[in-house]
Order: sequence, then structure tokens, then C-alpha cells
Amino acid sequence: MYRKAFRAAFPYTIPVLTGYLFIGIAFGVMFQEKGYNFLWAILMSILVYAGSGQYLAVNFFAPGVGFLDVIFMTFMVNVRHIFYGLSLLERFGRMGKKRLYMIFSLTDETYSLFFITKVPKDVPEDQFLFAIALLDQFYWVLGSAVGALAGALIPFNAEGIDFAMTALFIVIFTEQWLAGGNRIPAVVGLLFSAVMRLIAGSDNFILPSMICIMLCLISCRTYIEKGQKSENGETAA
Amino acid sequence: MPVSAGTSLLIILIVAIVTFATRVIPFLLFPKGKEIPPKVLYLGKVLPPAVIGMLIVYCFKSVNFFGYPYAAPELIAAAVVVILHVWKRNNLLSIGVGTVLYMFLVQNVF
Repeated sequence: MYRKAFRAAFPYTIPVLTGYLFIGIAFGVMFQEKGYNFLWAILMSILVYAGSGQYLAVNFFAPGVGFLDVIFMTFMVNVRHIFYGLSLLERFGRMGKKRLYMIFSLTDETYSLFFITKVPKDVPEDQFLFAIALLDQFYWVLGSAVGALAGALIPFNAEGIDFAMTALFIVIFTEQWLAGGNRIPAVVGLLFSAVMRLIAGSDNFILPSMICIMLCLISCRTYIEKGQKSENGETAA
Repeated sequence: MPVSAGTSLLIILIVAIVTFATRVIPFLLFPKGKEIPPKVLYLGKVLPPAVIGMLIVYCFKSVNFFGYPYAAPELIAAAVVVILHVWKRNNLLSIGVGTVLYMFLVQNVF
């Protein structure tokens, strides 16, 4: 009964298929270079399932790692996910037992697919969203495994392969910029973080950046929402 | 492996739990039927693009912009990603070409 949902969802997931294979492979290679084989990569991609979070996590596997650092840094790199759920409360609320997996699998890419795809009329919405989420994680796990295996079989110079993560964020940023709408939040995020990086240094700038960004966005609310209204011709909430 | 299998497993579990926590928090704060304050809705709408901007800075946090090679590999590869993406709007192409170019630059040029 799910076959129809998966068949309908697959074409929408092709961009994520290609992207996740590439980025997943890069993760697998990095993790393998640390001395972890493909089974470890698969385990991590099944249990954690976070692109930037797993890239960052590769650095945690070092002697004398501080578990508080692991908790704090993982939280900070994933803290944006808190806001994704806010726009999906109602949709996920209608999904019954699948709700828990939907929340677990809420990555940047799956989240954005939910908002750029239209549910086909002959497929139930909950099955369609579930199919997208599950296919995406499958690509991620597959990519990690291939990367870890290829890294073990073909030793090659992988220096710089972690740029895939940077490129992913630049692509999302560019995509948001091209989509139009209000560009102030994007500029605020970039600018405040760059300034905080210079002031607070490379290890301590994320939290002050987050606080400044939140304060700035809250205090500019009237201005930003006015801008959104006039650009989109819609009433802000 | 730089640390023991047990420690590795513990790290993976902690990362998994914290990652899940960030995703489940809004669903715990606003269970089915509870109304969401307008300020929270507003933040949910404007924070994602700001955070992506912050993550780009995060990726460049250890890059030296003030000494040779003045972040040239990063800036060239980033510019190519943007130009290619504006032109073709193809995620894989932009990410793939940018990454391969960056690897070439850091391994063979700078």
C-alpha cells in the first residue's frame, strides 16, 4: 500500500539523492580516515542522521574528548532544527505512529522538500511525507557506507573533501537568496557571525552570534515584516 | 580508532540524543492543539536563513584571511559554487564541482 507513495515521492527526492550520496560519501571517507570502518559509518548515519552534525562529530573521536563539549557543540550546530518543527506542528500531528520518525528525520533537506513539493491527489499526505523522509535517510546511509568502503579500498588524498559541507550551505544560502522574499535575515546571520568570529575567536563565537542574531531579528520585527508584506503582497502573521 | 569502541559508541549515542532533542523540542513545547505565540512563529520564519549564513561563517572559522594564501582556495571555490548555482540551479553540480575544485586548489596550487 506504500508502493504508490514511494513511487510518487521518488522523483522529488532525486536532488537529495545526488546531494546526500556526495556528502554522505565525504562523511564516510572522513570517518574512515579516523579509523572507523563502514559499519561504524552506517551505525552513526542510522542513529544520528545529521549532515553538518556528523561532519562536526568526526572531530569528537579524539583522546580526552569532553562530553560536555560534545553536547554543547552538537546542540549548537543543530539548534536551527528547533525552528523547523515550529512550522510542521500541525502536519506531523496528523501522522499517527509515523510522527516520531518524522521528527527524528527532520534534516535541512527533508524539511525543504516538505515545503517545495505538492502532495499528489491520489496519495495520502502522511504516506507521501513518510516516503520522502525514509528515502532521504536511505540515501544518507548508503552514501556514508560507500564513502567508508571506498576510502578503505582506494587510498586517495582526501584533503579538502570537507568543503562539500561548505558548498552545501552556500548552495542553500544562494537558493534562499534567489527565492526572493526578505533577505535581511540572511544578511544579519552572515554579518553578525563574521563580526563575532573576529571578536570572540574561532572557538567561542557561535553562541554570542546566535544571541545577537535573535536580538537583532526580534528588534527589527516590524521592519522585516513590513518588507515581507510589500514584497510578497501577503499579510504577515 | 583514536578512542575505544565503548567511548566511540557513547559519543555516537550522545550526538544522536542531542540531535534528536533539537528536533523534538518544538513538539514538546507545543503539543497538539496548543496555540503558538506570534513571536515564536515569526522567529521560526526568519531564523533559518540567518542560521545558514552563520553556518557558512562557521565553515570558514579556521581560515586565515590575513596571511598567505589569503583564503584564496576558499574564496575561489565559494565564488564558483555561487556562480554555477545561479547559472544551473543544480545542487549536485554546484557542490560537486566546488568541492573537486577546492580539493585541487589546496592539494596542487596553494
